[in-house]
Amino acid sequence: MKYADEFRDPVAARGLLAKIEAITDAIGATADKPLHIMEICGGHTHAIFRYGLDKLTPPGIEFIHGPGCPVCVLPMSRVDECVQIAEQPGVILCTFGDAMRVPGTRKSLMQAKADGCDIRMVYSPLDALELARRNPAREVVFFGLGFETTTPSTAFSIQQAASEGLENFTVFCNHITVPPPIKALLDDPEMRLDGFVGPGHVSMVIGVRPYDFIARDYGKPIVVAGFEPLDLLQSVLMVLEQIRDGRAEVENQYARVVPDEGNPASIAACDDVYEKRDRFEWRGLGEIDASGLKIREKYAAFDAERKFGIGYGASGRSVEEPEGCRCGDVMTGRIKPLQCPQFGAGCTPETPLGALMVSSEGACAAYYQYGGARLEAAQ
Amino acid sequence: MCLGIPGLIVEISDADRKLAVVDVSGVRREVNVAPIIEDDAMEDLVGVWTLVHVGFAMSRIDEEEAAKTLEVLRMFGEAQEEIDAMMASEAMLAGDTPEAAE
Ligand code: SF4
Repeated sequence: MKYADEFRDPVAARGLLAKIEAITDAIGATADKPLHIMEICGGHTHAIFRYGLDKLTPPGIEFIHGPGCPVCVLPMSRVDECVQIAEQPGVILCTFGDAMRVPGTRKSLMQAKADGCDIRMVYSPLDALELARRNPAREVVFFGLGFETTTPSTAFSIQQAASEGLENFTVFCNHITVPPPIKALLDDPEMRLDGFVGPGHVSMVIGVRPYDFIARDYGKPIVVAGFEPLDLLQSVLMVLEQIRDGRAEVENQYARVVPDEGNPASIAACDDVYEKRDRFEWRGLGEIDASGLKIREKYAAFDAERKFGIGYGASGRSVEEPEGCRCGDVMTGRIKPLQCPQFGAGCTPETPLGALMVSSEGACAAYYQYGGARLEAAQ
Repeated sequence: MCLGIPGLIVEISDADRKLAVVDVSGVRREVNVAPIIEDDAMEDLVGVWTLVHVGFAMSRIDEEEAAKTLEVLRMFGEAQEEIDAMMASEAMLAGDTPEAAE
């Protein structure tokens, strides 16, 4: 309980933890036969490690860290294609800082920049738009990346570029969606998942209905959760209550930010700009049907894949992960980060070998940052 | 990128492009407010707290939620990261002239 002091409301945290422990006992889950609860979102993974929730909750609960970190699941081949675009004459490639260090087979964007490509870190696609306005003689490409939370911002930016008639702004679209990988994980016979903590900010955009299939078709509970430690504990408790009662429902713990129907303006912009790709590759998980988005024909002029003829698959698909890298096994919960032979040796946040070490939302980076310190203290 | 950061809308800067200025922990930044415009006029957005993701106001929140979210982000070290990214992007744009980019 010593970490409970960090909570804004330690009394509430203790109360929730006591209830979680009682229900876990009632369900009969133990360290040998734990319940597997997947937190889908990388932000939740970060919070779980930051607050030591994996240690505070009883051993009968095991957190499985889901695929919800967009930088972590970006495949090497896509990084290669992005570098190829950055190498075109006249291109200014704009990217979020997170993506700079993701390894490709040839190089990361950081290395491409060092080798002379004009690569700019931007905070927002709006800044890439502004660069395009100021540099009419250059080709400004925005590296569009992320789940439903950031997907609308790229859509709005493309609509804005279209309304201004900008001719030198395109998007290299790598937006992906949360539900398809969850379905793929549920279909994996080697996975045993008992319930989900759902990503709050994704639902802020798409609402809660896209998760209906998890409860209806797979009989698993899912609770859409906020990011405070108390939100997470409460959501875990709600999942456990469903398991105890034999219910499988989509519940919304984060209703103060997430309306059940999501954000209509954002959904409309995304429908206008994107359509589903047949399939898209996820690092560590392979290709997943209908899990990525591409830009519709209507906005073809703003699609970097079309403009530069470097589409999905241009660099060859399904590149082998580097020798000894176990990212796929970590991502599917088969091993913990510490069990990867590269962890902390060949792979650190400064020099990541696998993508799970790149972003603070990646399971390995979170483990390294907080787990490592705790382990040292324990020894 | 996914967690966003709370900001207070202080001014409408470009109604046509749906841009407004938010105050994020004392740092000002222009954001797109299209996701949170309802039937109301844009002027009504001044004084509204919002969760800002990569330069877009993605949802309205109340002041208490804003304060709690900021606290969590500070614990994560992510509040500073977001603000640094905003300032670095602004500095990059300020330093960008067509000549400098050549
Ligand atoms: S330690 Fe590095 S290589 Fe191993 S699973 Fe984690 S990110 Fe991948």
